[in-house]
Amino acid sequence: MIDTESISCQELVELVTDYLEGSLEARDLRRFEEHLAVCIGCAHYLDQLRETIRITGTLTVDDLSPGAERTLLDAFRSWAGAS
Amino acid sequence: MRGACCPSPPIRYGRRVDRDDSQVVAALRAGDEDTFRSLVRAWNGPLLRVAQIFVPSRAVAEEVVQETWLRALGALDRFEGRSSLKTWVFRILVNTAKTRGQREGRVLPFSALNDPARIPEPAVDPGRFRPEDDPRFPGGWSSPPSELPEDRLVASETREVIARAIAALPATQKAVISLRDVEGWSSEEVCNALDLTEVNQRVLLHRARARVRRALEQYLAPQNP
Repeated sequence: MIDTESISCQELVELVTDYLEGSLEARDLRRFEEHLAVCIGCAHYLDQLRETIRITGTLTVDDLSPGAERTLLDAFRSWAGAS
Repeated sequence: MRGACCPSPPIRYGRRVDRDDSQVVAALRAGDEDTFRSLVRAWNGPLLRVAQIFVPSRAVAEEVVQETWLRALGALDRFEGRSSLKTWVFRILVNTAKTRGQREGRVLPFSALNDPARIPEPAVDPGRFRPEDDPRFPGGWSSPPSELPEDRLVASETREVIARAIAALPATQKAVISLRDVEGWSSEEVCNALDLTEVNQRVLLHRARARVRRALEQYLAPQNP
């Protein structure tokens, strides 16, 4: 059966975040997965995005400077001492 | 408008998952420095990122974070646990940063957080797709993405490319992708901390990831070894 409601590649790339967040409605999810199963370009797109997310997750965040931490701990001590 | 607000999960201190809010607040009230230090360290990156939505520089953002902690301590006796401690601290941060941003003359486009979808931003250059009137594959790839080279993905330069791409994002996108994908927060936590709807959070995350992916693809393209 021909699915006349199929989505295009250009539409799929805009649904990828909804897909990964699990927020696609059942009908859109079915169309998304049907398209993905037969489209190598979109499969590569999704792989690239997953890889982007994976590498982003290995980045480290800004550490607090020792000076700033000392200032805050001093403030905490005087706060704790006063209350 | 904001999304539905649900009970908050336990605080994550970096990769440690432990005590719930009432224990943390009790420890703080008892003057436990280790608890305070671990909070200050764990939330420093996220606090800075969010502050930088509203203020013009990293230096000012650091001052805002300091001021936020002083205010939070001053108000801790009034913390009632109706939101999570994390949400509560981030709300103080957002208020502090907004006030400071106004004083610094920073005008935040109102739409940046509340209506990001108003200005369209395609995830992929439309030039890479066939036109809508293409007889065979309307909207199909004309220049499809290729498979990523495994060997180059593990290289440290690839991480640097991603880090630079994130650093170059608009502040709102940078804050959302940092909280979600660097810090591993849930969408609900991000919505609560930034007072965002689910939909707007997703739009910002979608755009941020799409831009970072573009940078990765460009860097790893075969003609750019």
